[in-house]
Amino acid sequence: MSDMKFTRPPADPDHALKPAGRPGPLGKPMVLANDGLPEEEKPWFCDAYPTASGPYKGILENFLNWARSKSLWILGFGTGCGAIELRPLMTSRFDMYRYGIQGRPTPRQSSVFVIGGYASVKTLKRIVRSYEQMMGPKFVVALGSCTINGGMYWDSYNTINAIEHYIPVDVYIAGCMPRPEALLAGFKELQRKIRRGECEGAVKYAENFEWYKANQKKVIHDWNMPDYNY
Amino acid sequence: MRTIANDIAERFEVGPLVEKRADLATLEADAKDVPELLARLRDRHGYAHLSFVTATDLIEEGVFVLTYMLHNHAENHSLAVKCRIGRENAAMESCHLLWEQMWTYQRELKELFGIDFPGSPRVDESFVLEGWIDIPPMRREFDTREYSERTFPTRPGRSTKDPATHMKEKLYPEAL
Repeated sequence: MSDMKFTRPPADPDHALKPAGRPGPLGKPMVLANDGLPEEEKPWFCDAYPTASGPYKGILENFLNWARSKSLWILGFGTGCGAIELRPLMTSRFDMYRYGIQGRPTPRQSSVFVIGGYASVKTLKRIVRSYEQMMGPKFVVALGSCTINGGMYWDSYNTINAIEHYIPVDVYIAGCMPRPEALLAGFKELQRKIRRGECEGAVKYAENFEWYKANQKKVIHDWNMPDYNY
Repeated sequence: MRTIANDIAERFEVGPLVEKRADLATLEADAKDVPELLARLRDRHGYAHLSFVTATDLIEEGVFVLTYMLHNHAENHSLAVKCRIGRENAAMESCHLLWEQMWTYQRELKELFGIDFPGSPRVDESFVLEGWIDIPPMRREFDTREYSERTFPTRPGRSTKDPATHMKEKLYPEAL
């Protein structure tokens, strides 16, 4: 958590920050309230906290990380104008498939989430939902200056300013817009980080689940989905 | 053009028809006459296409100006019908029976300006903003920068420099 410079919300003793699997105050596993759902829909959805699995070390994990870095599957969800830069990557000129990068239509099959530029509050809701539905290990590449500090939308009423308040980010690609070459450089950097075993965003998300959730609920006022969408 | 102006002026209390360009004219009308006026322009004078509906916030005068932009494809001519409504509890008669697409514009105006159109379909549902709890963001008393600073935390360290001063400091530090 060394790179997290933001102020945390004050800890609520009844709702303290706890990784899943650990018992709550009464010795029972903590469950999510799912307050946004109507009563009859609550049994349909998961009410468990995310489980922090890892980080693991060792030779086997190094091998697995190498394998993961060679097979990055992108979630095909263009969340902003930056998604337009992903299209040339697929073409023969830039050819992302030579690095094992390809698009997938569903969060369940993807391992990389590319945040394409600005994220409005309405899109952030879908981003959170898609990110939580992805299987671990999962990586987030945020491209464009909008994801870093708001970019040209820094004073907009409807666009968030720093995406890492809401989901953990592994690699930022600066620019407005970053060219496809910059995207390829960013993906190479992501591969290097994965091989070094530094991309533990899912663990970070599970360990700081309350902090992320509080930030998300601060901007998403009509929370009508489960608290953890898995 | 003159026949249209005469025909309209006989029936409604309207301002003068101002020709802005060869293919664009504007017309100010009273808010209560607008639905009938639009219907007449559509049925009798060939302005059958609704290009858009928008609002302008004249906060100094305490009014919204609603602009209905119509187009006549045969003549290749656009006509903007404008009317003024009060900003307090702003409401306007719904025209969704004239053009079906009108209710989308009215829903948008309800959300972004807070102008109510009673009876318009789905006018109370959110359009682009989900779960908006502040005053409508396109009203001019809404301070978007203040709202953004209050709502969306930023990464520390962002600063701006006046370009002229910055270049002076960089190039001619002795001049300062």
